[in-house]
Amino acid sequence: MSDLTRLSAAALAEQLRTREVTSVEATQAHLDRMAAVEPAVHAYLHVAADSALATAADVDARRAAGEDLHALAGVPIAVKDVVVTRGVPTTVGSKILEGWVPPYDATLVEKIKAAGLPILGKTNMDEFAMGSSTEHSAYGNTHNPWDLERIPGGSGGGSAAAVAAYEAPLAIGTDTGGSIRQPAAVTGTVGVKPTYGSVSRYGLVALASSLDQAGPCTRTVLDAALLHELIGGHDPRDATSLPDPATGYVDAARAGATGDLTGVRVGVVRELQGEGYQPGVLARFEESLELLRGAGAEIVEVSCPHFTYALAAYYLILPAEASSNLAKFDGMRFGLRVEPSEGPVTAERVMAATRGQGFGDEVKRRIILGTYALSAGYYDAYYGSAQKVRTLIQRDFAAAFEAADVLVSPTAPTTAFRLGEKLDDPLAMYLNDVATIPANLAGVPGMSLPSGLSDDGLPAGFQILAPAREDARLYRVGAALEALLETSWDGPLLGRAPELDGGAAR
Amino acid sequence: MSTGVDLVDYDDAIARFDPVIGIEVHVELGTRTKMFDGAEQTFGEEPNTHVTPVSLGLPGALPAVNGTAVEYAIRIGLALNCQIAASCRFARKNYFYPDVPKNFQTSQYDEPIAHDGWVDVELEDGTVFRVEVERAHMEEDAGKNTHVGGSTGRIHGAEYSLVDYNRAGVPLVEIVTRPITGAGARAPEVARAYVQTLRDMFRALGVSEARMERGNVRADVNVSLRPTPESALGTRTETKNVNSFRSVERSVRYEISRQAAVLDAGGTVVQETRHWHEDTGSTTSGRVKSDAEDYRYFPEPDLVPIVPDPAWVEEIRATLPELPAARRRRLLAEWGFADAEMRDVVNAGAVELIEATVAAGATPAAARKWWMGELARTAKQQEVELADLPITPAQIGALQQLVDAGRINDKLARQVLEGVLAGEGDPEQVVVARGLEVVSDDGPLLEAIDAALAAQPDVADKIRSGNLGPVGAIIGAVMKATRGQADAGRVRELVLERVQA
Repeated sequence: MSDLTRLSAAALAEQLRTREVTSVEATQAHLDRMAAVEPAVHAYLHVAADSALATAADVDARRAAGEDLHALAGVPIAVKDVVVTRGVPTTVGSKILEGWVPPYDATLVEKIKAAGLPILGKTNMDEFAMGSSTEHSAYGNTHNPWDLERIPGGSGGGSAAAVAAYEAPLAIGTDTGGSIRQPAAVTGTVGVKPTYGSVSRYGLVALASSLDQAGPCTRTVLDAALLHELIGGHDPRDATSLPDPATGYVDAARAGATGDLTGVRVGVVRELQGEGYQPGVLARFEESLELLRGAGAEIVEVSCPHFTYALAAYYLILPAEASSNLAKFDGMRFGLRVEPSEGPVTAERVMAATRGQGFGDEVKRRIILGTYALSAGYYDAYYGSAQKVRTLIQRDFAAAFEAADVLVSPTAPTTAFRLGEKLDDPLAMYLNDVATIPANLAGVPGMSLPSGLSDDGLPAGFQILAPAREDARLYRVGAALEALLETSWDGPLLGRAPELDGGAAR
Repeated sequence: MSTGVDLVDYDDAIARFDPVIGIEVHVELGTRTKMFDGAEQTFGEEPNTHVTPVSLGLPGALPAVNGTAVEYAIRIGLALNCQIAASCRFARKNYFYPDVPKNFQTSQYDEPIAHDGWVDVELEDGTVFRVEVERAHMEEDAGKNTHVGGSTGRIHGAEYSLVDYNRAGVPLVEIVTRPITGAGARAPEVARAYVQTLRDMFRALGVSEARMERGNVRADVNVSLRPTPESALGTRTETKNVNSFRSVERSVRYEISRQAAVLDAGGTVVQETRHWHEDTGSTTSGRVKSDAEDYRYFPEPDLVPIVPDPAWVEEIRATLPELPAARRRRLLAEWGFADAEMRDVVNAGAVELIEATVAAGATPAAARKWWMGELARTAKQQEVELADLPITPAQIGALQQLVDAGRINDKLARQVLEGVLAGEGDPEQVVVARGLEVVSDDGPLLEAIDAALAAQPDVADKIRSGNLGPVGAIIGAVMKATRGQADAGRVRELVLERVQA
């Protein structure tokens, strides 16, 4: 029996289906791996060993009884701590929700449970998903398995690191401005931000409602397709949920893996390369383009002139919505409650004391920004203008998708930076999401997959964007590129990541 | 003046100032579930028993619009002669308060579902006054705070506060008038009649139980004064949450007198919200509006715009019930009441009751007699609405049929009514249980008559000699002996027969 933690989810699922291994064995293998590497990586905030093993045992019993089970039944999964889980603490990486145990499940968690995937635990994240490095977690940062001195990306660094460090074959992330794709890029994993509305937001602690989107964090494109089909689909509890069924992604991934992209027009976004991009990242990007060309794709250059303003618009819309979404964290009904150290205990003073103590600096910074951007007299200048830019970016996409079936770029301008390097410079930190943000503003789907190691020996990411509701294109092109790259590398990129537990067999 | 506030005599104030009013009416819609989630609506149940993650504003919860609430809002908009928006949306009104679980209220702001309408209001003397409606929009209600430990029930001085979220998220429609001008001295009456007209309309439309005492319908009343009708609008005050028709009228009257006094003293009216005090009949200053909160409205990103299908709107329009004003005109003709009688009936809230009583077999005149007479007096004594008396139109119909059949007389009927109101059952049951049936058997009557004649021989002699005047004394004695259960007409016949015999 090979090491169960090294298998892709699809491969593990096949071994479970043929009853070569049990879900209890697979779940235990991941719990053992966590015991070995968590002290160094700190990908998890909460490990749910007992309930994961109970789910695994239940699935094993049902399989033994001949029940017809979901394709991923028994495959363990990790869930970002922004997703509400009944009976399991959910903190959103914040002190303000310390100890809160939700009384209900997010829709996507209901689907995961119904399909019989053991939930290993809740993964670390930047507080309220605000950040690009997971250094803003109130519970300590996560380390990049490729170099423990470096950031794992953010805000979903915990999910990406868990998948990269073989602590989970699958993980759930959320992507508001790149929080699935950018961590995937810097950890050598696959991350997909589905079309806005493709996966229900019901039960996701909202950062910015019009931008948030949950999606898969995996080690292969096919695994992402399998997980996307599981968690996607219409949900009447989310008014912005699309009516589309979540189907066709796995078929597209399998079709793409044959390596034929004849007739596919791949648009290179002029504005998402060049200045500010690390040379090694650009070199891996160029090599990937050549592989796509070799597979029959037509490479065209497209221009999206308003992408220049995307970051500025994003950092008005996001804080504006966040300032309102985070208002409910006031010490009145759940989570932390701090009474003022002196003076009368009034509702206002309890709210102020709780928020003062419960929120971290980045959260406070964005609440203040957002409150300002929405305030009377400034609304039109800031929030209103940002919404206009958003419309222009949507038009840029529409025009670009006339010329190309998918758009591509490096996922992030650089590889993982060092922990602490940008912590005191929020604007430098924000720049890391420059290539991922336009997709959130327009609601289009995006994928990041590893394109190789940059000259510093760290993973670089390749981003693919498709028109809204055409997520299947991501899987087709992504699977093709993945197959071509792995052939040239002679195996998955993660195979070159350093061992963390002192020499366990690969 | 116990409140220590100077007031100008109302007539004096009206002689020198022109009042302008504006009214915001909130109505709670009677949908089965709340505005944005599946929690059932209730009234008077254990606190926090009808809540979901959505109405508690738990992290991760999302709103989904209640389609029935949208339909009800459109119904109200159409009944108010409004335009129904081709597309409208919700916004967030951000403010911190413990009864608002999300710390923002989801409400319609710049794009209401209905706008630009009007409603005709009939005053007590029959005058019709048109009130223009600026907009009707949808929003969600807040929870209910109870402040415990203070003397006033207000937050100041309270030791702690309890919050009940059963009401949080209940759908509301808010109807906002344009400034109502030209009412002059009748402004208080117009205000009351307008709120009453809306209340009747909500009930007719079937969109709300519209019970004022439960807070189903609440009015915020704006009042301002200006020197003449040609002058620019004056500074207004907004009296919040006025909870009865009478209070609406009184609060407008009070504010006119108070503002006139402020202006007379050379002061300026402060733009502020004010609280109405039913017990003292006065208002006191609430929050000063000049440093009003910045609500930071922005479009609710968790919801998509509502785009009512025009065919659906037309379908709703086609199925609107007959509205109270039209119905009143029809019933007036059918019932043959005098205008003044009809107005009294309307003002007493007895239209539906009389209609149902007529349907139960009574004549309109008889139905009116019961509801506007005995029952109106009882309701007034008990300080309840006529409709809330523990008696149904069907029971009144049955009672009247007993009278018409001669089984009871008017006097007995009042006793039967008393029994029904006391919860003794239907009229028939009360008659049997109390033994109230008219004695129609001549035997016992003759016995009583003979006894009465024997007891008053001089009266018997007078009658015998042709002086019929004292017959009443004999009848009275017989009625007394039969505890009122005798048919007085029959007794008279029998007395005359007996004396001549």
